[in-house]
Amino acid sequence: MSEGISRRTFLKISGAGAAAGASGFHLPSAEAATPSVDTSRTVLPYPSRAVGVAARMPVNQVVAFGYPDAASPCAAIKMGTAVPGGVGPDKDIVAFSTLCTHMGCPVAYDAGTKSFKCPCHFSMFDAEKSGQMICGQATENLPRVQLSYDAKTGSIMAVGIEGLIYGRQANIL
Amino acid sequence: MANAKDRLTLPPVNAQKTNLTCHFCIVGCGYHTYKWPEGTEGGRAPNQNALGLDFRKQLPPLTITLTPAMTNVITARDGTRYNIMIVPDKGCSVNSGLSSTRGGKLASYMYTPDGIGRDRLHSPMIYAADQWMDTDWDSALAVYVGVMKRVLDKDGPDGVVFSCFDHGGAGGGFENTWGTGKLMFSAIQTQMVRIHNRPAYNSECHATREMGVGELNNSYEDAELADVIVAIGTNAYETQTNYFLNHWVLNLQGGTIDKRKQRFSGESIEKAKLIVVDPRRTPTIAIAEQVAGKPNVIHLDIQPGTDIALFNGLFTYVVEKGWIDQDFIAKYTKGFSDVVKANRLSLDETARITGVSADTLAKAAEWAYKPKASGQMPRTMHAYEKGIIWGNDNYLIQSALVDLVLATHNVGRRGTGVVRMGGHQEGYTRPPYPGKGKIYIDQELIKGKGRMMTWWGCNNFQTSNNAQALREAVFRRSQMVKEAMAKTRGATPDQMADVIYEATRKGGLFVTSINLYPTKLAEAAHIMLPATHPGEMNLTSMNGERRMRLSERFMDPPGSAIPDCLIAARIANTLKAMYEKEGNATMAKRYDGFAWKSEEDAFNDGFRQVGQPGVGPIDSQGGPTGNLATYERLHAMGNNGVQLPIKEYTNGKLIGTEMLYTDGKFDTKDGKAEFKPSPWPGLPKTVADQKAKHKFWINNGRTNEVWQTAYHDQYNEFVKGRYPMAYIELNPADAQGLGIAAGDIVEVFNDFGSTFAMAYPVASAKPGQTFMVYGYVNGIQGDVTTDWTDRNIIPYYKGTWASIRRVGSMEDYKRRVSFKDRHFA
Repeated sequence: MSEGISRRTFLKISGAGAAAGASGFHLPSAEAATPSVDTSRTVLPYPSRAVGVAARMPVNQVVAFGYPDAASPCAAIKMGTAVPGGVGPDKDIVAFSTLCTHMGCPVAYDAGTKSFKCPCHFSMFDAEKSGQMICGQATENLPRVQLSYDAKTGSIMAVGIEGLIYGRQANIL
Repeated sequence: MANAKDRLTLPPVNAQKTNLTCHFCIVGCGYHTYKWPEGTEGGRAPNQNALGLDFRKQLPPLTITLTPAMTNVITARDGTRYNIMIVPDKGCSVNSGLSSTRGGKLASYMYTPDGIGRDRLHSPMIYAADQWMDTDWDSALAVYVGVMKRVLDKDGPDGVVFSCFDHGGAGGGFENTWGTGKLMFSAIQTQMVRIHNRPAYNSECHATREMGVGELNNSYEDAELADVIVAIGTNAYETQTNYFLNHWVLNLQGGTIDKRKQRFSGESIEKAKLIVVDPRRTPTIAIAEQVAGKPNVIHLDIQPGTDIALFNGLFTYVVEKGWIDQDFIAKYTKGFSDVVKANRLSLDETARITGVSADTLAKAAEWAYKPKASGQMPRTMHAYEKGIIWGNDNYLIQSALVDLVLATHNVGRRGTGVVRMGGHQEGYTRPPYPGKGKIYIDQELIKGKGRMMTWWGCNNFQTSNNAQALREAVFRRSQMVKEAMAKTRGATPDQMADVIYEATRKGGLFVTSINLYPTKLAEAAHIMLPATHPGEMNLTSMNGERRMRLSERFMDPPGSAIPDCLIAARIANTLKAMYEKEGNATMAKRYDGFAWKSEEDAFNDGFRQVGQPGVGPIDSQGGPTGNLATYERLHAMGNNGVQLPIKEYTNGKLIGTEMLYTDGKFDTKDGKAEFKPSPWPGLPKTVADQKAKHKFWINNGRTNEVWQTAYHDQYNEFVKGRYPMAYIELNPADAQGLGIAAGDIVEVFNDFGSTFAMAYPVASAKPGQTFMVYGYVNGIQGDVTTDWTDRNIIPYYKGTWASIRRVGSMEDYKRRVSFKDRHFA
């Protein structure tokens, strides 16, 4: 149930209000249903962090940032052409964790091939294909930083990560 | 529910910890399995989790490999659920904590109802009317064995045909090769058997064995000790990953110089060099150039199928130069002078045939065979795999290579060895094959021979040569049986066996598949029986350095699946009961000796009985000292196990053998290694005819991310998303000429068959040469491989030519699949 729906609307939609008494089925009171722990969230508490302003991002160059904290290096790139999962006015901005998912070595961005390369065990990831492993020893593609774009200000914000950052039990320390 | 896969459940400190040997290639990396009840979990502090790691902060690189793919939740038969985590073992000398993209997914492949393994066979199944139906073991075997008995009684054992694994690791192992071998060879006594990857019952190493040199004669450590590694038709980064990364790379980077100086005092020692023989520029070459430096790598990019000429040319050259070990040749070998004559080929002629310049050939010979500055012969390790095994005349290439190796004494010295790199792990223990010659089983099936065919732990619909012709024949013959079965109403198993047998008399073929999954064979089969894999049974195998480990069971198999050795026992015991019932004591006695309760019983009955008093002949890679190995002792040896043959058991430890032939005694009757003539024969006519008609060489092989026929991987989005179809690498100009772009679907066709593939143009592909993924589930390369084989019925899988045409464009592939170069640069 969306947070925007009031209790009154809920009763109306469900039709349970009128029937409850007659059937002997009692809805718990709103007070009793309030949980002591908020279980509604199924995603980790990722922070929102500014990555850059779309119009000012250089094409095919890494914008480095730490996300969700300083110990997790990430790279945002404006690819120059629209790519799957790309955000921004041109649907071409993507961001990834730059720790190889295999054993955590820092991957280097190769602007020539638009891919990330790991010097330790030679895994390569395609920045234009959602971080898909091109060849290598990882078992996961490169974790994708989820980005949001504010059309009014042009700002790009990091809001979450899909995939586990190397060397963590959970992405939020 | 959204699943961002952004967190893991950690094993608590008291989680159960067992050993598991990865079964996704011959290397056999050591792993640990952690298992703990669902609902419990370890904490982030190092004293709160079984890994002993501090997850309260970011772990530094190279601490561990731990990804969501290494975890899973399994359900025991009693309904209890457990978390599992399977991570590489830092203490294992094979991989030292490294995991490959295949082994790193071990946990993912373990059965769980909503996981990758969801399509596993749970129970025996029978094709009733027009659909697959679940049934139980007794009823399935009453039909299967009922038909088998009729065939045995009326036609003899030649009517009972098998294609069966002969390896270790996935589905194989000493337990299962013994169980199946005892059933096929000493109980049923059929000679109509082929092996999982070749269409007859034969060795892939006839020549080298006849020469007295077993094909796994060194240790992985020897790759760290070599001056030069010659890699022939092997793409180790992709197919023996952690052997390459953990041992070769170390030496190529100069990381073992101190160790080598210590071992070989008085010898000049430099960073190792690498010579690669392969028509194709492989990802391994690209990486080797990175780690060793380009000047330390030579790529002998020979014309397809010219290996024999290459080795004969090098052999002739080193003999002329005197870069041979005369003492060794005189004392420990025979036949040298005959081979000098028979294999003679000048360097210029070799250059003409192979397409590699005489200067480059001479440089390679100098690296590998010219005495070192300090005067000693270089320590050159020769490693080979399918480029030779499945090359232009397996027998002759191996002869030519081992001739060169013997002349230069590159076997039996540390840092040398002439070794297979291998595919699966090994694990052979069987009674001798009962046939006198070698039978081309696929051709027999195509000709209409055999009444019942059992594919056991293999899938030749995807992995045979001339595969389309095989499928056509099997489908046609199997359909005759299906129609007869479909018309039957209310039949008892006995009556159904009659119906099936009658259909086989009219040309039908009764087909059974024993496997983990339905596989493509389900399209032809009438019965499927569910088997298990490592983790669900205890299993022993040995890797490419003969290192034997006990891979330990930690979970129940799905449904009523059981290990192959116990399936074999059930079949034998069912036959025995049928013969006893009719009072045929003679036949019943043939099926004695299968009263096994567990896989350990099968291990003790086969591997441990070799050479024991009163025991008949058994061909076993454990040899007569296999008796020293017990499950308990192997458990104690952990992921480092013991290298076969075992020398002794002392102080609670099994002591093995690091290198063979150090004493100069080879595996021939008189102990002398035997040179073997192998003159260059040219391309076989069958293949040459295709080459004359079709433009493209269809080279083929494995790719890093896919294990075997993709029997697991076809259900895994990480792999299937990457390769929705078998890819074919081709030269960009060739692609352009045919109007083909990356992600297009192409038809590959010749006189033998037709298949489809996903076009993947790469700059490193030579004009007219392609590389297609072999054995894949969507796009079967073997459909265009010829029916030609060498004298021992080993196909030339690598050698076929075909035409290519564009079929169409696949927008979905273009959108989501990367077509970037797989070579690291």
